[in-house]
Amino acid sequence: MLQTFRLAMKSLAGSKLRSFLTMLGIIIGVAAVIVLVSLMSGMTNYITDSFSDLGTDQISVSVTNTGTRSVTPDDMYEILEDNSGLLLELSPTVQTRGMVKRGADSLSTTSMTGVSEGYLDIGALELSTGRFLTYSDIVSEQKVCVIGSYVAQELFDGEDPLGQTIKLNGQPYTVVGTLAEKADSEEGSSDDCIYLPYSSATKLAMNSDITSYTFIANSEQMDLAKSVLESELYAVFLNEDLYTVTTLSEMLEMVETITGMMTALLVGIAAISLLVAGIGIMNIQLVSVTERTREIGIRKSLGAKQSVILRQFIMEAGMQSSIGGILGIILGSVLTTVASSLIGLDAPPSVQAIIVSFLVSAGIGILFGYMPAKRAARLNPIDALRSE
Amino acid sequence: MGVSEVRREAQPLIDLRDIYKIYQMGDMEVRASDGISLKIWKGEFVSIVGKSGSGKSTMMNIIGCLDVPTSGEYILDGEDVSEMEDDELAEIRNKTIGFVFQQYNLLPRQTLLENVELPLIYAGVGRKERQERAMASLEKVGLQDKWKYLPQQLSGGQQQRVSIARALVGNPSLILADEPTGALDSRTSRDVLDFLKQLNEEGNTVVIITHDTSIAMEAKRVVRIRDGKITFDGDVKEYAANV
Ligand SMILES: Nc1ncnc2c1ncn2[C@@H]1O[C@H](COP(=O)(O)OP(=O)(O)O)[C@@H](O)[C@H]1O
Ligand SMILES: [Mg+2]
Repeated sequence: MLQTFRLAMKSLAGSKLRSFLTMLGIIIGVAAVIVLVSLMSGMTNYITDSFSDLGTDQISVSVTNTGTRSVTPDDMYEILEDNSGLLLELSPTVQTRGMVKRGADSLSTTSMTGVSEGYLDIGALELSTGRFLTYSDIVSEQKVCVIGSYVAQELFDGEDPLGQTIKLNGQPYTVVGTLAEKADSEEGSSDDCIYLPYSSATKLAMNSDITSYTFIANSEQMDLAKSVLESELYAVFLNEDLYTVTTLSEMLEMVETITGMMTALLVGIAAISLLVAGIGIMNIQLVSVTERTREIGIRKSLGAKQSVILRQFIMEAGMQSSIGGILGIILGSVLTTVASSLIGLDAPPSVQAIIVSFLVSAGIGILFGYMPAKRAARLNPIDALRSE
Repeated sequence: MGVSEVRREAQPLIDLRDIYKIYQMGDMEVRASDGISLKIWKGEFVSIVGKSGSGKSTMMNIIGCLDVPTSGEYILDGEDVSEMEDDELAEIRNKTIGFVFQQYNLLPRQTLLENVELPLIYAGVGRKERQERAMASLEKVGLQDKWKYLPQQLSGGQQQRVSIARALVGNPSLILADEPTGALDSRTSRDVLDFLKQLNEEGNTVVIITHDTSIAMEAKRVVRIRDGKITFDGDVKEYAANV
């Protein structure tokens, strides 16, 4: 065994280019699989995590108000009261975007959301300083707002924002609270946000029609809550096309289906790249055995049995594949780490991908080293010797 | 040790009985060996001579268990090898026969020492003993200083001496050389021939194959082949008188 190992080592070292080409196939195959699978599963985790942050007890309602049939926030609050115990909390949501200014500083990516006082619970928000919006802010359309940590950092830079005025699309708003950091206080993150009374937000959006509401329901009875909302809305609209009721867990499922499909696709691509690498390995092994038929003839004429020849070739192929596989794992892990830190994604190299790609490539290397060697080992020594 | 003395032993080392080797080329039949019977005793120095294509290599391959006859019996050192399996033949080759090929057949990527070690590896000899014996064998052909070299760093004559060292290392009963000087110039040919002669004088059985009559006459006994048949078999003096 040790002897065969030494022989194999020697032969590999003796044909550097060929060994390198075989290994290159494996290295690329393994590295590609690791990078693709790891990044994809990091991406999937990121997406599902950011959804589950929001809580799975949310129900989103969006409506299309028409001239004759419409709902107002008051109608929705009535539905909430009629179903207390099943529906726990409600906030209209009015999304707007625009310019946020304080003095010379301005932000343009900030999401401005008009909500009710209940949104503190709904959005699982945490206050850092000051207070959240109140019922009276809503009814009296106060120009007050609560700002995310990114906004506080960019516009106030260490100053206390409470009681200060900022301009939202040119309108002065007073900051009454700041939120605790949720993501990493970066542009476009969930810290880049401002909450204001929905009644004020409709003015800012220059659209008084509120079409989007978020409920929190009893998490044990999500399906019931959903169907109650649907029937209440049907009673108003008499047309299923004018409203949609979506639970967050449904959306999460949808996202998981999509990311699952993407993962399957990428695993497919990875499998193909492994297969291509395998075919490369197979070709080189075939050529190598043909080239080495004379060597096999010499060894046989000196008394090597078929099993000994086979063992030598399998050992060589196995070592080649393992070394290539290990280099591929290293390369794949490094690339994954570099790529994920560049994208800012938490994607550690996938252990499954490492194991599977290593086993598959080593398996292919050994199998395709074995098959032509088996044929050559069976040759009559004199026929093997004659081959040039 | 004279030929007549050697032949007194009851059992020959090589005993070919009515050997045929027939190649089917389309509807043509090539009888490379056409009914060959030949006995060679231990300690003999035999040359097999004949024109190119007469069937010398075919016969040598059968004698060397590199090939099997189409029909006929071959008893080597008391064992019938004509019906043996590939692996059994490998073992016979390893233990009984030392080959010297026209093209040397050294492994190009291994050192001289490693090349000479090969038969011992397949015989399962341990590392230390193997290296000692291989070194001793290289010393015999005067190349012990070059044991680390690769074959292509040597001249043809030196490479042929390495292959002789490899043939000797396993203490075979028979040294079989197919056109051992075919690729060498006359001076190095002389060296190689002298060396084979010396091996025979030390008691080894040597069979060389050649198309060159003058080389054939270096041996003690000459067997001439034509069209796969033996047309002469006798003492070298008798052969010399005959030509
Ligand atoms: N593998 C083979 N297939 C077909 N014919 C062969 C084969 N080997 C040898 N022969 C034929 O057998 C005859 C004897 O060949 P060989 O033993 O090599 O002759 P020599 O060694 O005396 O030159 C030749 O006619 C050759 O063409
Ligand atoms: Mg020949």
